[in-house]
Amino acid sequence: MTGTAPTISFENVTRRYGDAVALDRVSLDVRDRECLAVVGASGSGKTTLLRLINRLIDPSTGTVRVNGEDVQRTDAVALRRHIGYVFQGVGLFPHMTVAENIAITPRLLGWERGRIDARVDELIALVRLDAARYRNRLPSELSGGEAQRVGIARALAAEPRIMLMDEPFGALDPLTRDALNEDFRRLHETLGLTTVIITHDMLEALLIADRIAVIRAGRIVATDTPRALMTDAADEYVRELIAVPRRHAQRLNAFTGRA
Amino acid sequence: MPPELADAFSRLPDYLGGHAAVSVTALAIGIAISLPLAFASLRRPALRGVLLGAASVVQTIPGLALLALFYPLLLGLAALSERIFGAGFSALGFLPSVLALTLYSMLPVLRNTVAGLQGIPPAIREAALGVGMTRRQSLFMVEIPLALPVIMAGIRTAAIWVIGAATLSTPIGQTSLGNYIFTGLQTQNWVFVLFGCAAAAIFALIVDQLLALMEAGLARRRRGLVATGALGLALVMAAALAPGLSRPAATYVIGTKPFTEQYVLASLIEQRLRAAGLSAATRDGLGSAVIFDALRAGDIDVYVDYTGTLWTGVMKRTGIKPRAEMLAETKAWLAREQGIDLVGGLGFENAYAILMRRDHAEALGVRSLADLAAHAPQLSIAGDYEFFGRPEWNAVRTAYGLTFREQRQMQPEFMYAAVASGEVDAIAGYTSDGRIAELKLTVLADPKQAIPPYDAVLLVSPRRATDAALHTALKPLIDRISLAAMQQANWRAANGANASPAQAAAWLWSEIKREKPAPR
Repeated sequence: MTGTAPTISFENVTRRYGDAVALDRVSLDVRDRECLAVVGASGSGKTTLLRLINRLIDPSTGTVRVNGEDVQRTDAVALRRHIGYVFQGVGLFPHMTVAENIAITPRLLGWERGRIDARVDELIALVRLDAARYRNRLPSELSGGEAQRVGIARALAAEPRIMLMDEPFGALDPLTRDALNEDFRRLHETLGLTTVIITHDMLEALLIADRIAVIRAGRIVATDTPRALMTDAADEYVRELIAVPRRHAQRLNAFTGRA
Repeated sequence: MPPELADAFSRLPDYLGGHAAVSVTALAIGIAISLPLAFASLRRPALRGVLLGAASVVQTIPGLALLALFYPLLLGLAALSERIFGAGFSALGFLPSVLALTLYSMLPVLRNTVAGLQGIPPAIREAALGVGMTRRQSLFMVEIPLALPVIMAGIRTAAIWVIGAATLSTPIGQTSLGNYIFTGLQTQNWVFVLFGCAAAAIFALIVDQLLALMEAGLARRRRGLVATGALGLALVMAAALAPGLSRPAATYVIGTKPFTEQYVLASLIEQRLRAAGLSAATRDGLGSAVIFDALRAGDIDVYVDYTGTLWTGVMKRTGIKPRAEMLAETKAWLAREQGIDLVGGLGFENAYAILMRRDHAEALGVRSLADLAAHAPQLSIAGDYEFFGRPEWNAVRTAYGLTFREQRQMQPEFMYAAVASGEVDAIAGYTSDGRIAELKLTVLADPKQAIPPYDAVLLVSPRRATDAALHTALKPLIDRISLAAMQQANWRAANGANASPAQAAAWLWSEIKREKPAPR
């Protein structure tokens, strides 16, 4: 093992739902300050993988460690309060304002009122929204992109070192999505986060992640840097996934060549 | 203002106070029980099934029956508590009403709370756990606030149901707006009936709107609105309860069954007790199943019952004895078995009787029940809700071999109009009813004496059995009311003269004083 111990590690983890196997003997490490993208089709087990990390579900067999500690031995609620989670769709609480949504985890942790208020303003600015305008809005008064910015701000509120993101930008239009991807990558670096991001979009994964894990039918079929996957993926399925953005790029190049 | 309306308004503080106390208490307890049960059942499908099933079953029990069922139950509990703790409690009125109405309020609250919470998208619940909430925090910070409109809708439904059903607590001795309705129906005082319905409806609407205000405040997160709604509810309660609390409790409580004659006689007794300087109040419209137990338990002190009713209903006798013998035997039995003092007969009988329109009976040549037997298969008969289930009916039917073409049950008030208009051919009416003369009805003779005597008798509770002041005040009524006078008084109160029961009672007293005591 090189350098520091992995921040998150899966050791031979299997998760079954009845007879169905959602994850099949998965072993995977996420290093400190790394952004790992997990790419797979619907039903491949990628969301299950993410939820095992903060104990929204528990493994059937095997061990999940966070900062070296078996999560089964930690208090699930405390664990979740120290791991940021951005939900598929949006997941904001519709009856709470932007400020209240962002303040939720600090409130659960018992922060002082003044500290929470300052933190909320700081976070709204951090995700590039205007605190004065957005603080007291309800989620129903936000656009999809704005809502997901608030979702990220809420996940970051209690200053977690780990961020879990479940297809966070899937439902957004391409321009908004691109902007959020870039903004998040910047946050990931400036805040020194360790991030696991789930996506079904290989292009998104290639652009945002330090490493990509490809998952198919509950098994990890490849784990490597974007560059390595682009050049010499051994697995047929991975090569197919990589072929799509590459083909798109070639066609776009063809357009510019003609113009 | 018409006198009936003025009379109705003068009773409003008392009736509304009782109504508000019983319905709001029941609603508060119902909500306090239902909400935690609904929360607890959220992740326990088996418990949820049992709860909703039980609440639905309760809902199918007619309100009146549910209320009435609680009386004997509580009576048993009170006796038990008397034995174990040395202190009983009144099983009449407030307690059984609150318990029954509480059960009644539970279904809408339970069902809406469960439905509202189950309707929360799973993604929201997951997000709550994901940000680090415990299950409990998720419930109180996220799920309940989001389900609030549905939960409040349930609470509002319950409020309307309970306030409506609380009118039915009158027959088990709880003063409520139902007193207007029950008394009004009996004395054909439609102003009272409408007044009672309108008052209950307006009260329900006010409570509903105040709850709606609180709901809007909660949904729009405006504390001002919530506080206004809560304050409004508190004010309504205070206003409704204030007169009731300041009213001193009467020393002697006179019970009445729910019909005109009983109201008139209770008024008469009340007037006599007051004239004797005793404090007295009436408890109106008690069900006939409840009133005897209430007297025995001391929840009421005096009421008028009828020997035939006591003979078959309480003493469970089957054979029939002549009038005087039955009276004596009933008196002895009540004193011996129950400690109840039968002070004496009032002098008249209110027996069941088969009545027909006089012209109709003459045309058929029917004078007695024996004559009727030949025509009965072509005729229809109506009776009150009890009659066809009573032993008297069995006795009459077997004695004369009566089989009617059709048997109908109706409110006694409507029965008389029905026979007068020819809607039915005969009715099982009452001998002291004021309408017999008015509607030109004839009482068919009972030569085989199948119908037992129904002497009106004054009963006094065991704890008042040796109360000299009470007995002195009641004495002038014994054997002093003739059948004709009672019929006339009933007619005044229920039909013709637009008199209140109190006015009819005053008239009856003037008659009693005018006539010399009849030698017996």
